[in-house]
Amino acid sequence: MDTFNSLANGFAIALTWQNLFLALIGCFLGTLIGALPGLGPSNGVAILIPVVFSLGLPATPALILLTSVYYGAMYGGRISSILLNIPGDEPALMTTLDGYPMARAGQAGEALAISGIASFVGAFFATWGLVFLAPQLVDLALLFGPAEYFAMFTLAFATLGGVTSANQAKAAFAAAIGLALAFVGVDGQTGVPRFSFGNVHFYDGIDFLIAIVGMFALSEVLVFIEERGQKNSTSTQPVTSIGRSIPPWSMLKQTSGSMARGTVLGFIAGVLPGAGASLGSFLAYTVEKKVVGKNGKFGQGDPRGVAAPEAGNNAAAGGALVPMLALGVPGSGTTAVLLAMLLSLNITPGPLLFTNNPDVVWGLIAALFIANIMLLLLNVPMVGLFARILRIPPYYLMPAVAMISFIGIYALTNSTFDLMLMIAFGVFGWLMRKLNIPMVPVILGILLGELMEKNLRRALTISDGDMSILYGSPLAVTFLAMAIAGFVLPIFIAKFVTPKRMVIPESHNDGTSD
Amino acid sequence: MSDRIFGSATIVLSLLMVWATGLIEESFIQDPLGPKAFPLVIAGIMGLSGLVMIFKPDAEPHWPGLVKLAELVATVGVFVAYAQSLPIAGFVLSTAVATAFLVWRLGGTTRQSLIGGVVIAVGIYAVFQHVLGLNLAKGPWGF
Repeated sequence: MDTFNSLANGFAIALTWQNLFLALIGCFLGTLIGALPGLGPSNGVAILIPVVFSLGLPATPALILLTSVYYGAMYGGRISSILLNIPGDEPALMTTLDGYPMARAGQAGEALAISGIASFVGAFFATWGLVFLAPQLVDLALLFGPAEYFAMFTLAFATLGGVTSANQAKAAFAAAIGLALAFVGVDGQTGVPRFSFGNVHFYDGIDFLIAIVGMFALSEVLVFIEERGQKNSTSTQPVTSIGRSIPPWSMLKQTSGSMARGTVLGFIAGVLPGAGASLGSFLAYTVEKKVVGKNGKFGQGDPRGVAAPEAGNNAAAGGALVPMLALGVPGSGTTAVLLAMLLSLNITPGPLLFTNNPDVVWGLIAALFIANIMLLLLNVPMVGLFARILRIPPYYLMPAVAMISFIGIYALTNSTFDLMLMIAFGVFGWLMRKLNIPMVPVILGILLGELMEKNLRRALTISDGDMSILYGSPLAVTFLAMAIAGFVLPIFIAKFVTPKRMVIPESHNDGTSD
Repeated sequence: MSDRIFGSATIVLSLLMVWATGLIEESFIQDPLGPKAFPLVIAGIMGLSGLVMIFKPDAEPHWPGLVKLAELVATVGVFVAYAQSLPIAGFVLSTAVATAFLVWRLGGTTRQSLIGGVVIAVGIYAVFQHVLGLNLAKGPWGF
């Protein structure tokens, strides 16, 4: 009953005119960002964070805007998958398999509508899952001491690294570099400067926004410049006629089971730390193909092959918010970026968030429901508009993205030094993409490094230096065991999963699993 | 080969980290672990991951040719010049020039680059400065 009261309060906050307006803007921008090939939810949110932050919005409206962008981008990813055969972001990869054939066969409108409805179903039920699961997780998290937190952070790094990359050494490197960057600055416990090399700019540490925007947005521009002229652009002719945008009843009935299965699988994939939306849509599609068996025409334009992965990736987006809000551990790349947003608003996610800032949490959850309904209303009738926007050539789009990244950081810090640092992160991000090193663990390292070390040192202070406190409770042992499993298992699983995922059409590694 | 080179660089980096950790001054406030231990553990993990990259490298990535590489270096150069010129030349002029370069390198014609540069710079300025009220860099002309 408590939950429903809190949710009702949340709706009271989210239903103000300002917040509704922000949700609408966020949904529109998000759909646009998701639809444009190359820009996924993590890039979209990364570019907008500094902008939103320098606008000086209070916490709740800022969060509403950015999560609407997040949900919107998860919706939008399908549009270019279906019309151009280019996934707007990685989770939309699976949608190309049946969506594009449907569009080729003159069913573009139906494919877009079915995928829009499936996105709604997935996100809607996942948000309910968030409502019920997150408070439960909070109760569990209240049992945590510093040692348990340390074990949980270890788990987050192990699984996020393990899933985002097939090469564990590279995932470990990425996490280590992120943690090393977190050390830069004054040590919180003893007040001595570390790794600042006497440079005053480094005394208050490296702002993760600079790292995020540089690694995601600027490196994206470099990748675009590099790939220009290499891609065989003739292979993807845009589908220009949308056709009817209301699917027949029989198609809805046929796909309802797929949506349900996709939602459940996607939500589970989202809640697991590190798995994220790509795994959600991949699982949903693969299981759907198994369930339907030979009765389906998968790969040739089966509507169930569109409904299942779309429900899956949007449910995963909601699921990933569960550990992010309740434990402060992001479940995916984009939630890592959202975590950065929370931290820069001086809100620390985790169990205390629900007691200290109930307005923020429940306002946010209510806004998710509202955003989701807005997205359905925007996406089904206005698909023609988004399809037309897809024709903006990248040579206008990417420069605008680069410039907005510069503005965001400059408006925040007014410092040329920070811009240079951002460029350096951009070049580093490009190199990491080339070498297939995941970028999300780096961000996570910068974000969580300080907390992780603080908890480790606190635990050892409590035990007076006795290391056994780190594995002294069943919870800590469970987390550490899961961390080892999460780090080691993908090495074996990758052998089965990766080859199938690699078949998919041209899409460059954007360094996230989300 | 790329992985081996990168792995070696990673090991050098981890050794540098160990050296820099040694430079950390001890404070009179102390906890059992101190400010040095965790960085050393992380440096160790980094070094190990570098070793694995040397002994078990992935397939070679596709590196750009010399011309492409020069183009990328030039782009980074334009980014740096842009960052440096923002406080001097102001937002609109610097952005127009940098954007025009990017449009041109991403495949726009000369005319598209010039128009794109001016339109994007002025457009962003109008939206961010006047609608959103962000403080963008001011040049000698006030924009």
